[in-house]
Amino acid sequence: MSNKSDSPSTDRRQFIGGTLAAAGALTLAPGVILHALAANDKATAGASGEHRWGMVIDTNKCADGCSACVDACNSEHALEGHDRPATDAVWIRPVKLKDKQTGHVNRLVMMCQHCEHPPCVDVCPTNASFKRVDGVVLVDRHRCIGCRYCMMACPYKARSFVHEALSDQSVNAPRGKGCVESCTLCVHRIDAGGMRTACQEACEKEGHAAILFGDLNDPESEISRVLKTHNSVQIRADLELNTGVRYLNL
Amino acid sequence: MSKMYYRELYCGAPVRFWMGLATLGSIIAIGLGAAYYMEHNGHWVTGMSNQVVWGLPHVFAIFLIVAASGALNVASIGSVFGGPLYKPLGRYSGLLAIGLLAGGLMVLVLDLGRPDRLIVAMTQYNFKSIFAWNVILYTGFFAIVGVYLWTMMDRSVGKYNRPVGFAAFFWRIALTTGTGSIFGFLVAREAYDAAIMAPMFVIMSFSYGLAFFIMTLITAYIWGDREIGDLRLTRLKNLLGVFVGAVLYFTLAQHLTNLYVSQHHGIERFILLDGGVYTQMFWIGQILIGSILPLFLLYSPAFDKSRWAIVAASVAVLIGGFFQIYVIVIGGQAYPMTLFPGKEVIESGFFDGQVADYAPTFPETALGVAGIALALAMVAVGARVFKVFPETLED
Repeated sequence: MSNKSDSPSTDRRQFIGGTLAAAGALTLAPGVILHALAANDKATAGASGEHRWGMVIDTNKCADGCSACVDACNSEHALEGHDRPATDAVWIRPVKLKDKQTGHVNRLVMMCQHCEHPPCVDVCPTNASFKRVDGVVLVDRHRCIGCRYCMMACPYKARSFVHEALSDQSVNAPRGKGCVESCTLCVHRIDAGGMRTACQEACEKEGHAAILFGDLNDPESEISRVLKTHNSVQIRADLELNTGVRYLNL
Repeated sequence: MSKMYYRELYCGAPVRFWMGLATLGSIIAIGLGAAYYMEHNGHWVTGMSNQVVWGLPHVFAIFLIVAASGALNVASIGSVFGGPLYKPLGRYSGLLAIGLLAGGLMVLVLDLGRPDRLIVAMTQYNFKSIFAWNVILYTGFFAIVGVYLWTMMDRSVGKYNRPVGFAAFFWRIALTTGTGSIFGFLVAREAYDAAIMAPMFVIMSFSYGLAFFIMTLITAYIWGDREIGDLRLTRLKNLLGVFVGAVLYFTLAQHLTNLYVSQHHGIERFILLDGGVYTQMFWIGQILIGSILPLFLLYSPAFDKSRWAIVAASVAVLIGGFFQIYVIVIGGQAYPMTLFPGKEVIESGFFDGQVADYAPTFPETALGVAGIALALAMVAVGARVFKVFPETLED
């Protein structure tokens, strides 16, 4: 350190600055690393971003009076009803529509649309609603506090709140009283390597084949081929949610 | 101005206080019992369903939370904007704000599907969710108003009163903006996609909070055989009139904007014309009882300096406010979401295109009323234990 110049020495400042920076880095680093690891962990557990699972529903093939997909979904996930339609869980529902101008009639099934930008995930205060890297939107039943904000936010009325005590649950879909739930795109089948959902299977068995499940990211998959060659629509496309469920002939 | 002395509030006959507190305690106990009943059986025993997911408890909770932030106004005017007539009322303003917020939060939390997981809400935050922000805003409000009260009551920290007052003022604006925003950013629902909700909730809070304040202040002073001067009451009364008018203006702006957009004609028709009970609540509850009646009572020369008229106007503002929130929360959900524009739903497995039914049940009502009782009980105990009320408020 020189005493000849009257300008203050910067050595000490540099030392203090460096020490502070090092201390800061040491304090933050473990947290940042743990965070990164945790995030990483979540991303790789069972799901891969190479896929984006989705569905196509052909409204021309959805048969009047048929409820095979609804019944299959209910039994696959043990969604027992109590004959109280306003509060019983509904993961998939048929809807019949008539064009106000032309009178043209359509029938289709509605369920969670597995949006790329899901409003339910945005509004969930505790991150219980989440989207897997493969596009499946789910509810973590251990984190859901039952605030129902996601039900307010969902444009598709796709979610149900468990209004009563549960019994005889299925291992396919653990549920919880006081939590919110919706179509899981049969994620238990996806994770076991299956390529068909319960509703699709039931629809095919009835001979309608109105529902097609598959990987939207794989250009060779049947769903991608169908979507490339046919005009499809998203319901409430104006919201720009980029849904994973698309409709033909609507 | 002569020196202001504050004293704990004792009523003339002690039995009145204890009986009052016991009554409030019983109402709270019934509400807690109702919450247990709803949690034990599940929400199917309430009027709520998968279409109307937020019911009467939310109406009570939002009403109380909004009023809580407005109740702090009087303190803010006193210490932030330097209104000498308001300053002596600051302590009570803070106490009432804390009480109302506690009452509202009790109702909100006990209506959750899993209230036992409150700790999850306090430890896991999704910062994109306005609810998560509200958890922070609500808990922070307790802390800031607590410190604010401390700076008002303890001379040794009195010098911090102004900066803390400023902080509390901004916090309360943020809090109501957050509460209003719950309904401002739900793009899916036609009733809830207007950003005007946030400022409207702020002005609603001014109005309801002041009405609560005036009503309970006059009651407390009758209760404790103390004096309030006419000048001070006239100030409060005029301020309430301005706030009621402002809420009316925002309501007008909200509906006129919606009426311009043809996509919103359905919901506007539902609320304003043919929504049955919701239309009645809007016109009779919110507009007639909640706006026109109080404006008449507050500004008509016939009721000049009439305390009866001021209290009646405050009660009318609160009734109207309750209906306003009911129409926003429940009416907005009852109206069906438009999933398929241009199409008519002729068959649905889940009530598509139909107006949802909702009738509140006794347990929901009991829980909501318990929230008000908790707020009043906290205020009653706080005013007796702390030196909150000035000995006299003569002019």
